[in-house]
Amino acid sequence: MAKVPVQFTLNGSEKAEFVESGATLLDVLRDKIGDTSPKAGCRQGTCGSCSVIVDGELRLSCLTLAETCEGASIVTTAGLAEGGVLHPLQRAFMDAFATQCGFCTPGMIMAAKALLDRNPDPSRDEVVEAIAGNICRCTGYEPIIEAVLSAARSNSISAA
Amino acid sequence: MAEGTAPISPEGAAIGRPIARDDGVAKVTGRARYAADCRPPGLLHAVIAPSRIARGRVTAFDLDAAMAEPGVVAVMTPANRPPLAEDPDAKTAPIVFRLDLLQDDRIRYAGQPVAVVIGETLEAAEEGAFRLAPAYAAEPALVDIDAAEPFVPETVGLGAPVERRRGDVEAALATAAHRVQRRYETAAQVHNPLEPHAVVAVWEGDRLWVDTPSQNVARAQRRIAGLLGLPPDHVHIRSPFVGGGFGAKAFPAGPQVLGILAARLVGRPVKLVLSRAQMFGAVGHRAPTRQTLRLGLADDGTIAALAHHARVASSRFDDFFEPAAALSGGVYAAGAVETTHEAVRLDIATPVVMRGPGEATGSLALECAIDEAAAELGLDPLAFRRLNHADTEPISGRPFSSKALRACYDAGAARFGWAGRPLAPRSLSDSDGRLVGLGIGTAVFPSMMFQAEARALLRADGAAIVELGAHEIGQGAATALRQIAADALGLPLSAVTLRTGASDLPDAGGAAGSSHTATAGSAIHAAGTALVARLAALATADPASPLHGAGNAVLFAADGALHAGDGRRDPHAAVLARAGLGAIEARGAAAPDRAARASHAMAAHGAVFAEVAVDPDLGAIRVTRLVGAFAAGRIVNPRLARSQLVGGMIWGLSLALHEAAQFDPATGAIANADLGAYRIPVHADLPFVEALLVAEEDTLVNPLGVKGVGEIGITGTAGAVANAVWHATGVRIRRFPIRIEDLALAMPGREKEDDA
Repeated sequence: MAKVPVQFTLNGSEKAEFVESGATLLDVLRDKIGDTSPKAGCRQGTCGSCSVIVDGELRLSCLTLAETCEGASIVTTAGLAEGGVLHPLQRAFMDAFATQCGFCTPGMIMAAKALLDRNPDPSRDEVVEAIAGNICRCTGYEPIIEAVLSAARSNSISAA
Repeated sequence: MAEGTAPISPEGAAIGRPIARDDGVAKVTGRARYAADCRPPGLLHAVIAPSRIARGRVTAFDLDAAMAEPGVVAVMTPANRPPLAEDPDAKTAPIVFRLDLLQDDRIRYAGQPVAVVIGETLEAAEEGAFRLAPAYAAEPALVDIDAAEPFVPETVGLGAPVERRRGDVEAALATAAHRVQRRYETAAQVHNPLEPHAVVAVWEGDRLWVDTPSQNVARAQRRIAGLLGLPPDHVHIRSPFVGGGFGAKAFPAGPQVLGILAARLVGRPVKLVLSRAQMFGAVGHRAPTRQTLRLGLADDGTIAALAHHARVASSRFDDFFEPAAALSGGVYAAGAVETTHEAVRLDIATPVVMRGPGEATGSLALECAIDEAAAELGLDPLAFRRLNHADTEPISGRPFSSKALRACYDAGAARFGWAGRPLAPRSLSDSDGRLVGLGIGTAVFPSMMFQAEARALLRADGAAIVELGAHEIGQGAATALRQIAADALGLPLSAVTLRTGASDLPDAGGAAGSSHTATAGSAIHAAGTALVARLAALATADPASPLHGAGNAVLFAADGALHAGDGRRDPHAAVLARAGLGAIEARGAAAPDRAARASHAMAAHGAVFAEVAVDPDLGAIRVTRLVGAFAAGRIVNPRLARSQLVGGMIWGLSLALHEAAQFDPATGAIANADLGAYRIPVHADLPFVEALLVAEEDTLVNPLGVKGVGEIGITGTAGAVANAVWHATGVRIRRFPIRIEDLALAMPGREKEDDA
């Protein structure tokens, strides 16, 4: 298969790769670049564990062709903590016991971040809706909802 | 927390505190390294080519086409698979499952690996596997549990008796004032941990390094070493994080061994990760069941006879028989009780343990039957359960080591608001016109324990390292076991490091059977106790110690120091410093107390209450509330325990309403082998779920008094949900999961419309 050059920004760093035509963003992130925070739970868009944010939009990286990300700005869970300080969502997930086996956690945090980026003060129903595409097989859903709501509250406090 | 649920542990000790997870930062930053995240240099990617038929033979591969794909390095088939030291079909240990490791061209289930394609990239390997295009000689396959001839297996589960009896059930049934006989069906289910099975294998001469998720690294090491003919200590299995297992990772699966063999074949590191569809194939599932409950009832509401018979499915080539009826010997008092099983063999992969193996499906049928019996007598289902409370274990007559079930009924009923529930079904509705129902189920899960070892090292600075091959599979073991270690050593949590998740460490037993905290924790407790004893011997023999001359027995360790009852103390670090020791080490081992287990029945108990709302026209079911109250001995970390209990309850809800693996009779394959069509609940499916912890002290079950919380939540819950659906609608659906069409078509008035 032909290789395709692609350049994008990952968590603020410039990346340039030759990728196989048809390679998914998930595989390029994990195997070529080595950011293994997005997880491959199903590779068919049904579990949400590979969720990343591309140009501000929540995307399933397993269904996103890497070559379509030319020039894009991509954010993954690995890029959320700044200078060793956890992002409020990460802190909230820890405090709320919102991670168990942890495999869904990076995708869940991305889905939550995409929600809070566009809606800083979501209702409980809006949180449920926003992460309804992410499966947690340990089924620790209630703490996850609590974590997202709590992160939203802490954001609004720090913004005030 | 409800009233009467005071913490068990003394204030200040590590055990009993809801401390945050030790692995929290690694998990929320994405740094936690799962097997598939490993990328050793020179890594190749392997993919499995699964069988498209359920029975027959592979007659040909298009090897040329596969090898012609750019980037394909090798194709592994029965013709070139590296040799094994053991036949993968040999039963080399009491609990070992037959594996499909390309030993021949025979196909025994759909999804069986028939070849492995290894490529420079995942894409190349996948394309190669596609081009391999196996040709088959297919034979008729049977995948229908109802169509096969049953037989009685020798044992069920992992060596449990196939039949148990106490009293004369037939005689008691014949003379009972009331009889209830019902048949229930449960579907096959698939574990589907979110992390697919993955293996990264690196050979260094005759040493093997394997990154792979495991619920039992010691067992995996023994099995893999045996198959490969290696000394066990040449096989290094690392499993620091497991992305869920639920039983699917309790035994090494064939694909994990195939990844190791592929690395052997090509002489380079290999990564093999199953696709989600392949997770419905060679890594086990929960067997479907057909269960018949027969109850004989006296006029006063007591159960005179209880017979539970289960038919379960297994594969044609191996033995795992879901012990679905077994739990009914221990839940309700009955004048006579029997549990029996039969099995059928189908052209399917061998089923295996899955969260609450036997208990989950058996509890669902039992709790429905108990509800139907209560309805037959016109009794409140909670009152009926209280009336038939088993003060001793019915099947054996043994007393329970502890049993706070009545307190669970009380706490759960109070929290849920059971009082005032109308007896008759179809009595309640909500403001949207939905039919509302309230149901209950009794939860029970045996308190198992296995053997384990641990070692503890105390350093001169007063900090300790505790090591054992325990398993962090999401349940919080790494955190809870460190809490146990801190108390055993008398150290603050901050001074204790726990190392787990590798086969090079002492065998900690498996993370299965809700036994890991009890088993591994007891070994840690023993190691810590032994280390404190050594420390105390040093101190009391040392004239410079404030504790000189104090008897060992009156010493205890806490806050990093040894203490005498009279207030004298000597810090751990000071004892070592005066002795001129850089560190001291101690080992500990734990095993079940055979005598206590012979004389006592041991189980955790609980009561689960469910409220559902049902659309009267469509039959759509919504669980609107779920409250469980559980007594499981000592609780090491209440937040982690509640997560386990709530997770189990949602699995119970899912067993009742969601999950079914549907075998296609034409191909023998699971037709809904993806997470879109196989319905795992997401947030939007669920109500607020609450788990209450009811205090319970148990001095017999193990030195820690821990019973385990990993699986009990699934029991009781499935039945409570099903019973609530009946209470809402007046319709009793006995085929699980309850399908919307089954319920809608059975609703009163519905049949007439259809006939019109």
